[in-house]
Amino acid sequence: MSALTIRDVSKKFGATEVLKDINLEIGSGEFTVLVGPSGCGKSTLLNIIAGLERQSAGTIRIADRVVNDVAPKDRDIAMVFQSYALYPSMTVRQNITFGMECRNVPRPQRDEAVARVARLLQIEALLERKPAQLSGGQRQRVAMGRALVRDPLLFLFDEPLSNLDAQLRVEMRMEIKQLHQRLGSTMVYVTHDQIEAMTLATRIAVMRQGVVQQFADPETVYNRPANLFVARFMGAPPMNTLPARLEAAPDGTVAVIGDVRLPVPAEAGRWIGREVVLGIRPECIAESTRHFTDTPGAVITMTAPVEMVEPTGAETIVVLRLGNERVLGRVSPDLRHRPGDTAPFTVDTRKVSLFDPTTGDRVV
Amino acid sequence: MHRGAFTPGRAFVYAVVCLIAAAYLLPFAVVALNSLRTAEEIAQTSMIGWPQSWAFGNYAIAWDKFCVAQTCSGIQPYMANSALVTIPATIISTLLGAVAGYAVSLWRFPGDRWIYGIITIGIFLPQQMRLLPWTIVLRETALTNTLTGLVLIHTIQGLSFTTLFCRNYYVAIPQELMRAARIDGAGFFRIFWRIVLPLSPPILIVTVIWQFTHIWNEFLYGVTFTTGQQQPVTAALISLTAAVADVPQHGVQSAAVMIAALPTLLVYLFGGRYFVRGLTAGAVK
Repeated sequence: MSALTIRDVSKKFGATEVLKDINLEIGSGEFTVLVGPSGCGKSTLLNIIAGLERQSAGTIRIADRVVNDVAPKDRDIAMVFQSYALYPSMTVRQNITFGMECRNVPRPQRDEAVARVARLLQIEALLERKPAQLSGGQRQRVAMGRALVRDPLLFLFDEPLSNLDAQLRVEMRMEIKQLHQRLGSTMVYVTHDQIEAMTLATRIAVMRQGVVQQFADPETVYNRPANLFVARFMGAPPMNTLPARLEAAPDGTVAVIGDVRLPVPAEAGRWIGREVVLGIRPECIAESTRHFTDTPGAVITMTAPVEMVEPTGAETIVVLRLGNERVLGRVSPDLRHRPGDTAPFTVDTRKVSLFDPTTGDRVV
Repeated sequence: MHRGAFTPGRAFVYAVVCLIAAAYLLPFAVVALNSLRTAEEIAQTSMIGWPQSWAFGNYAIAWDKFCVAQTCSGIQPYMANSALVTIPATIISTLLGAVAGYAVSLWRFPGDRWIYGIITIGIFLPQQMRLLPWTIVLRETALTNTLTGLVLIHTIQGLSFTTLFCRNYYVAIPQELMRAARIDGAGFFRIFWRIVLPLSPPILIVTVIWQFTHIWNEFLYGVTFTTGQQQPVTAALISLTAAVADVPQHGVQSAAVMIAALPTLLVYLFGGRYFVRGLTAGAVK
């Protein structure tokens, strides 16, 4: 059963089209992340799902009910906001029960629901405090509590972690993931942070300028990006993209980048003799002693000049020249490359992507 | 500059400030002193002078014995009139202004900016310009020469300011709060009562002080639309000074002025710091 269906939704503000023909089908229990740079329309889409804004065209279905003309409160949704949006004059308890108060839920039932949620989020001790007396992380929990107390068909999250500091963000990210695993609810989560998208999602919708670029599970989005935008947006550091030319070789097809010849998948055969953009993740370029795979022909070694070295602790990012193009590689932190050195590297070619240089779309 | 360091520059600033304060307070001081002098003393010496004997009796006479336009009841009934106009008009205009300010700041609806613009134009219209329309309105509603008529005028006129004050305060309330409340299922008035109003005391205090002072001190409408026993105290004071039959009663008249000024003075003394604080406060952190 699909929990949420978005069919041909578009949104115009005056003459500007901020969403163009969005089509997404989200299954029950899925954790869908809408990710993209600011201004891509992801928050507008979330607001349309919530009913806080109205689409210019198209339909929204929640659990197979068309909700185009249904008010936010009657859509059976709950939402967590970036600023938490806690009611400043109410206590934590009142914040959590306000929705039930509006729905005239009897008091014993309210108390029971608050107790359940407070236990789940470990905020029992905070119930009588005002939002101003809470830390950022506590406010975040209360905001989640306000959503969880509803037991809705659909949870909506609008960049809920972006106001937290880095450490707390990682903690809360894990908690949200655990919560999803525990409750099995359907969640739609908006973020501009591709790491949040990768870690949380069962499926990711990458958006840009009001268009969904790719809607797939994290692994597919990461390893088989639909176009150059997705390739460069997902992953930190981003995928290396370099111009290449495909040529026939005795044992298949190769991409020629300067003096480097990288074997590419056989399906690329129809592009032989043409220019492409080759995409390769930094982690596919490593020190020469790294053993990627036993598959014959999948790995090549080469020597390349090192331009810059960025140690991160767990690994070291090197900027090197591959056929005269600047690329990033991820090497073991034990290696002490210096800028100006020439060093041997090994390249895993099993996961290269090829893109059409004019449209940017994935070829292979 | 150090705290407490007394430089010539600072001395000059203090001198100027004291001069301005003195110039501002002088009329008040003259009235205050005269309110404690007898009519004879004022007539024999001058309008400006220290009381030779303290004539506290002036206040008692001014309160309930002095004659205003052939009625010798002092200014007491006119004070009551002023209170009966000022208190309801202040409360109603503040509450309506809060609702209107909330509507135009936190709800988007077609023409919201126009409505806000039209309401606030009232601030810039000169009072004299509004006299004629009000004359017609009061005649049509049969409210000429009634306190209710004045309440109506001050409530409507006050809306421009109260709406402006509240709207400017409420725009600082984040839209996400409104969205959260809408998803929680709260409507226009529930959001107002449960979320917006509890955040409002600072601006409501400002608005109440502002409205109270302005309506209490208002003179033109009072003198234009009411006569005799229906007049607010500001208008009655004029009839009081105009009643020159025998010796001018400057002492009693000054006492009457002091009494008439007392409510706004008290409001300012008790609410003044909230006023200054409220004007600079934002709605929500």
